[in-house]
Amino acid sequence: MKITGRWLHGESISGEVLRLDEPLSFWGGLDPSTGEIIDQAHPQAGASMAGAVVAMPGSRGSSGTPGVLGEALRTGAGPAALIVTKADINLVAGAMVAESLYGVDCPVLLVDGETFASLTTGTRVEHAGPGSLVD
Amino acid sequence: MTSIELDDLDRERLAGTRGKAEQLAMRMLVAAAETSGATEFVPIEFAHIGSCHYTGRLALDYAEFLLAEGATLAVPTHTNASLIDIHQPAMRPEAATPEAVRGAARLMEIYEALGCTAMWSCAPYHEARTRPTVGTQIVGSESNAVSFFNSVLGARTNKYGDLLDVCAAIIGKVPLAGLHTDEGRLATHELRLELTDAELADSSLPHLLGIIMGRAVGTAVPVLTGLPSATEDELKAIAAAAATSGAVEMFHVVGVTPEAPTFSDATGGRPVDRVTVVDREALAEARMLLTTTDSEHIDSVCLGTPHFSIDEFGALRKALAGRRVHDDVCLVVTTSRAIAHELGLRGWRAELDELGVEVVLDTCTYYPPQPSGVRGTVMTNSAKWAYYAPGMLPINVVFGGLQACADAAVTGQIGGSA
Repeated sequence: MKITGRWLHGESISGEVLRLDEPLSFWGGLDPSTGEIIDQAHPQAGASMAGAVVAMPGSRGSSGTPGVLGEALRTGAGPAALIVTKADINLVAGAMVAESLYGVDCPVLLVDGETFASLTTGTRVEHAGPGSLVD
Repeated sequence: MTSIELDDLDRERLAGTRGKAEQLAMRMLVAAAETSGATEFVPIEFAHIGSCHYTGRLALDYAEFLLAEGATLAVPTHTNASLIDIHQPAMRPEAATPEAVRGAARLMEIYEALGCTAMWSCAPYHEARTRPTVGTQIVGSESNAVSFFNSVLGARTNKYGDLLDVCAAIIGKVPLAGLHTDEGRLATHELRLELTDAELADSSLPHLLGIIMGRAVGTAVPVLTGLPSATEDELKAIAAAAATSGAVEMFHVVGVTPEAPTFSDATGGRPVDRVTVVDREALAEARMLLTTTDSEHIDSVCLGTPHFSIDEFGALRKALAGRRVHDDVCLVVTTSRAIAHELGLRGWRAELDELGVEVVLDTCTYYPPQPSGVRGTVMTNSAKWAYYAPGMLPINVVFGGLQACADAAVTGQIGGSA
């Protein structure tokens, strides 16, 4: 299947999907030194984002989210890429600063709800041209 | 590719001819415009930023980068609360978490060196001289302050996250979208109060209304009807709680807030999409969310989330009525340097010291590292504190009104009388 979307940051994704069923506040919800989801109320609590293509509805509105995403990318425990259903500037800001300061790549792709629904944990996705992925 | 309107200066910034800091700041603002769908920028006159709050090494590296690249601020910029009170290092001791405490102290130095006003407060709107006025375009970051700026002062801001807020202060403009526009500020959801006079008079009511509002409306702009009056501190409590249980960045109160002289003004003359009735049952349900224990013994009392105003200190003095805080209880009140200065002028600071009240500046008590003295069962009059702290600190929480908090601080017991 080919997945299309709009790049909010970067332009290439490949890796294994970790799907989050609900939005996550990274501040207080992610341990940036391990990549583990520590918000105990989140359905994917305990899962690790490290190196995964994280498909998620978006972040919760916490102002701390960009800094914590960036910090996880700095330590190497961050996601390989993000696939979101909401154009979320907090995630883009964290990814842009981490790229600018440390050269770490974490592309962010915006997809529609139907595409998001088709992404399940463990699916491998590959880049397939501008705005497109295959699984 | 980009659909936002850029001027020559913007293009120079993006090309990097004005340095790396302005280049990154401009790229971030273009990204913000693309995610919001804005087609033009609007100049801002003021910013209150949260990037100065330490969340890890990246926050520090970013600030060092901005400083080293010679970034300057285009508008008066106030700082949100820090992780530490530099005048009371024992409150979050360096020995316990050296990296965070040292990082927070360095971050404070850098943002002051960049030209920020050292407000270090989540309630900068208590500073009357620098308050934004109705219709002013600004940048806010701290959730309660964003809502207060929009709802109570009529200034215009969306909530800007860390890293991006300082970019807006450097460039001096933001994408024209959301609450910066007339349309974005109109209410689409009514919160209709059906309460008795006794329920309306309860000092905890604004906090509970905020919790109900956040849960009911999420990110929408609500309009409250049936609340005959509210002080600024009560509106602040609504703002803080609604931004805690939900993501409310603006609300109207008919007959009270500046953009809602009438219901029709608040909604732009359109019917609302939804109505939520607030009755006795809703208040009881909200109250239940804010207490995690039935313990009758209290170890600490935390007040000042958001930072206490001078009037709230006045109310605390009245509630304590000259009684000393119990030897086994720690009563901490967080506030800003500006309010602390006012406390000194009025002679209240010395009086509170004598009663055993700890006044802490620049920071808050609900997040880690765990502040010394905040332990065990903690009582608070703040819905925001009660909602967040049990997830962040190893404590239990009891929510109550200011008088009940003062009584508990004096006796060490909930509902105890001295």
